[in-house]
Amino acid sequence: MNTVPLNYLSAAGERAQTTLPLTYWTIGVAVVVCTVIAALLVAAVRHSAARRGGSIEMRNAPLVSGGRGIKWISVGVGVSLIPLLVTLVWTMVALAKESGPPGDAPLTLDITALQWWWQVQYDAAVPDQSFITANEIHIPVGRRVLVRLHGGDVIHSFWVPQLAGKTDLIPGQVNVAWLQAARPGRFRGQCGEYCGFQHSHMQFEVVADAPADFERWRAHQLEDAPAPMTPEQARGLQVVEYRCGLCHEVRGTTAGAITAPDLTHLMSRRTIAAGMLPTGVGTLGSWIEAAQELKPGTLMPDQHLSANELSDTLAYLETLR
Amino acid sequence: MADALLAQPSRIPVGPVGRHGLGVWGVGTLIATEAALFSYLLFAYYYTCAANPPGWLIERAPTLKLALPDTILLLLSSGAAWFGESGILRRQRARALVGFGAALVMGTVFAVVQGFEWHSKPFGLGTSSYASLYFVTTGFHMAHVLAGLGVLAALFVWTALDYFSPRRRLTVSAGVWYWHFVDIIWLFVFFTYYITPYLGFGR
Amino acid sequence: MKAPDFRAPHVGPDSLPHQARLLELWETAPGLKGFFTTVDHKKIGIRYIVTAFIFLLLGGIEALIMRVQLAQPNSSLLTPAQYDQLFSTHGMTMIFLYASPILSGFSNYLWPLIFGSRDMAFPRLNAFSYWVYLAAGIFLYTGFLTGNGPNDGWFNYVPYALKDYNPGLNEDFYSLGMVLLGISTTVGAANFIVTAFRTRAPGMSINRMPLMIWGTLTASVANLLVVPAVSLAFFLLWMDRQFGTHFFDTAGSGQPLLWQHLFWIFGHPWVYAIVLPAMGMVSDGLPVFCRRPLVGHSVVALSTVATMILGFGVWVHHMFATGLPGLGLAFFSGASIMIVLPSAVAVFAWLATIWYGRPVITTAFLFFSSMILLFVIGGVSGFMTASVPVDWQLTDTYFVVAHLHYVLLGINVFPVVGALYFWFPKMTGRLLDERLGRWNFWTMFIGFNLAFLPMHLTGLFGMPRRIYTYQDGMGWDTLNLITSIGSFVLALGVLLLIVNVVKSLVRGPVAGNNPWDAASLEWSVASPPPPYNFAVIPTVASRHPLWESRLKESELVSSIDRGMLLDDAKETIATTALDATPHMVLEMPEDTAAPLLLAVGLAVVFVGMLLKAWPITGVGGCIALVALLIWLWPRRELREREPSPGPVREPIHG
Repeated sequence: MNTVPLNYLSAAGERAQTTLPLTYWTIGVAVVVCTVIAALLVAAVRHSAARRGGSIEMRNAPLVSGGRGIKWISVGVGVSLIPLLVTLVWTMVALAKESGPPGDAPLTLDITALQWWWQVQYDAAVPDQSFITANEIHIPVGRRVLVRLHGGDVIHSFWVPQLAGKTDLIPGQVNVAWLQAARPGRFRGQCGEYCGFQHSHMQFEVVADAPADFERWRAHQLEDAPAPMTPEQARGLQVVEYRCGLCHEVRGTTAGAITAPDLTHLMSRRTIAAGMLPTGVGTLGSWIEAAQELKPGTLMPDQHLSANELSDTLAYLETLR
Repeated sequence: MADALLAQPSRIPVGPVGRHGLGVWGVGTLIATEAALFSYLLFAYYYTCAANPPGWLIERAPTLKLALPDTILLLLSSGAAWFGESGILRRQRARALVGFGAALVMGTVFAVVQGFEWHSKPFGLGTSSYASLYFVTTGFHMAHVLAGLGVLAALFVWTALDYFSPRRRLTVSAGVWYWHFVDIIWLFVFFTYYITPYLGFGR
Repeated sequence: MKAPDFRAPHVGPDSLPHQARLLELWETAPGLKGFFTTVDHKKIGIRYIVTAFIFLLLGGIEALIMRVQLAQPNSSLLTPAQYDQLFSTHGMTMIFLYASPILSGFSNYLWPLIFGSRDMAFPRLNAFSYWVYLAAGIFLYTGFLTGNGPNDGWFNYVPYALKDYNPGLNEDFYSLGMVLLGISTTVGAANFIVTAFRTRAPGMSINRMPLMIWGTLTASVANLLVVPAVSLAFFLLWMDRQFGTHFFDTAGSGQPLLWQHLFWIFGHPWVYAIVLPAMGMVSDGLPVFCRRPLVGHSVVALSTVATMILGFGVWVHHMFATGLPGLGLAFFSGASIMIVLPSAVAVFAWLATIWYGRPVITTAFLFFSSMILLFVIGGVSGFMTASVPVDWQLTDTYFVVAHLHYVLLGINVFPVVGALYFWFPKMTGRLLDERLGRWNFWTMFIGFNLAFLPMHLTGLFGMPRRIYTYQDGMGWDTLNLITSIGSFVLALGVLLLIVNVVKSLVRGPVAGNNPWDAASLEWSVASPPPPYNFAVIPTVASRHPLWESRLKESELVSSIDRGMLLDDAKETIATTALDATPHMVLEMPEDTAAPLLLAVGLAVVFVGMLLKAWPITGVGGCIALVALLIWLWPRRELREREPSPGPVREPIHG
């Protein structure tokens, strides 16, 4: 259901598919139990010929002796035991299947969560295959992906409902999770642990590509940014190196800081500001000028560029495909 | 049954007598909650140690030069407090005063020695999580020692004013039990911080 | 002639001169002096209830503002900073300043009346626990009202709560305020434990205790043991923030998860502590309206204790996503699933009691019986989150928000409102209006379910918790709008309750001693009760003293009209823990300002700590020390020291 992007009642990944039947089972038990109890409650009131009243009716109403009814407790608790035990066993089985280690994982991602975006490093262990991107994660369909989760500042939680449940990113430790997409598609993710002002706008996307498409994407991401072709773009590059480079990296230029999202292939991503706005010249311009208004509290300050500087910068950024 | 109770209500004490009274329960609940507090402090130590790589202990073999005699002194002060309580039981006010006074002095020396040990540590409150835990745990204990010294001082004064007797002494028992509690807690703290490193925990 | 130190208490019937003597001994002074010095549990209980209700309303207003913000996507009524303080303060208010104190209030008011006693075991401690609660509430709200409210949620995870990310005073107000509040909770718990075990009427053996006692007693034992965990956690947080320690901050090898363990070791037992007493009130009140004793009284009592014991072993289910090893997760998941069973005992006991009874549907009955359904809905959503893989999807979404509101309103608020309709006549001498009560009930019931039932779906559709707004196109718009509308209907229901209370205080029908023809001892005295509760101490022979002659469950008969007179001084009776045989005449303290003074001293200490102004802390400490000395100085009339006091008056009984 892409009308409900974060809905997890439709699973597209192996981990989520393991959990989904168990989820439906527990929902089923829940609904049945509530219906039965509601029915018993109504029936009990009817059966005992209850009638409306107040203090006067109470004082006139005779008492009923005790003694009966204890069987309700033993039968009720006994019957309740069955779905509980089934759930217990099924939970252990699903837990064992869903937890790591994932065995042979051809791809390893190191994801660091920061306020309020996601830094994604591919294959850190293989330096000439390694690159950094942000907020949009591509994975090959049908292959296991090992995900190492690092807390960059406060606790966040990595959650892409259609593929897997949440795993927290906690400073001081590395949590390991894994993903495997069962079919191609774009799957929305969201930070799942309150992390401050813009927790509500800390989304990401996992894009499951066919293996060949994934390889193409990866090869392209490894490339540095192209050199500027027009004077506008050249001026824009200067702004980027001088200003943006204080926090951002564009590989192939002197902008080399990593405290903010990597911009080398900015235009290849569908959204900016961690899922908040669609990528485009217009939204980029608004973001650069007035990030604080769009996403109050974000660590990106408003830039106050002149109109020329802004158009030059946008001209250059547009080349970062 | 109801009638039987009513017909012959027996002679019962008026107010606390000996060690029977609600004050027993009162100090008991106080000790239970404070003991819980220290178990969480010690849990924090064991948890943080286990979660950190080796080398977390700043002192792999903490010096017992001051801490061990200090511990023994605190144990002796419990003995002195017990001695004082027995003085009340035997209607020997002098004995009680000696006991409470000695416990008070020994407790004060304990506190002073501990302060000296704090001063001589090569680390401070903010050096690392080990350091923070050490100072805050022994600090919480010190706060309870100071409260206990206040209690002993009060018992001393009230004994001097001849308030207590073998039957009117629940206050004394409660106070002395509190002091014993402070002592026992110290044994756990001492074991955790000074002995477990020698047993290999945290290496 | 000195008053004797051993006495066989005089037994006899009530009489007017006897009542006059008791009145003189027990009455609180009128006016402000009495207000600040009283140790009467009934006055203290009502203060707790009124104060807790005020916090309920404040928390409710905070919720309504949030629901306006969330009714539509991309709303900018509130800034993120404002919203974050609102949701955090709402949680703190409801869970700490309303949910537990309201139950303390009912317990405080009712317990001595239920026990056939004249006050709690430690009346001065009782007064003290209220004043500290009030001080802590004012302290915490001073933070909120100055824009320094907590802003990291009610469970306040680190590192966000540390100074690097939260430099203002918000977290300092919260941390210190919670430590102060913890003092009130702890001493209150101690008081309940001793009262339950030592001051029951003769003959009220432990198996004859009403279930409300079991609920509050169990909760109190738990609180005594776990409140130190959260107080410690907040204190260590304050130290990390203000003194550069490294308990939680990774820069100095601190552990963020230590916070979560300490918090939830407290937090999970706490959520049982705020529902078990209310379940006990339902277990005592519902049978009255069903005109029969509760089915399975002993089993329900045991299941109360079992729930609490199991409740100590499930805290990690709040931490399933933190990366803990699978074996640990499996254990806590299993325990969290099995804890459903003792709760199921209570549900079936209540249903059976209705089935085999002959209910009169009063407003109290409506609240007490509807809570069964709300309890179960909340319980099953909790059961769902007990399964680790399912929880990995559900946690931190609106599904959990739906769950927690069903359990908190279903097992605390609805029973509390029922309890109010039940016991209001006893407390005030007037009945609440039944017709208005029905409107009150249905508005609250419909509003609540309209607001929170769709929220399960909102959560299944992935809406995370604690977001100040949401984008459109997520599939959440309509559901949020429905929830917001429902919340206002619920608020209207609460308003109807307030109207009913105010109207009935002035013009409600006079209640008499026992308007509901109920079974327990509090209904044998006047409404409202005299300051001394019982002119003669009853002797109890069954679980239902006022129903004995009609139920004829045994030959034993309680004695209500004849009993120990205990009017030589301000006294009541202490009995043994299990069998409740008379053990000691308990001399009770006079009204005193020492508890208030100690509370003021502590409050000043904490203000000084907040401002890091140590002279202020010193002054507070001195005030506290003086108050403690006044309080604890051994007194002759309490038999804490020699010599014995003279008699209060010439012995009358010879």
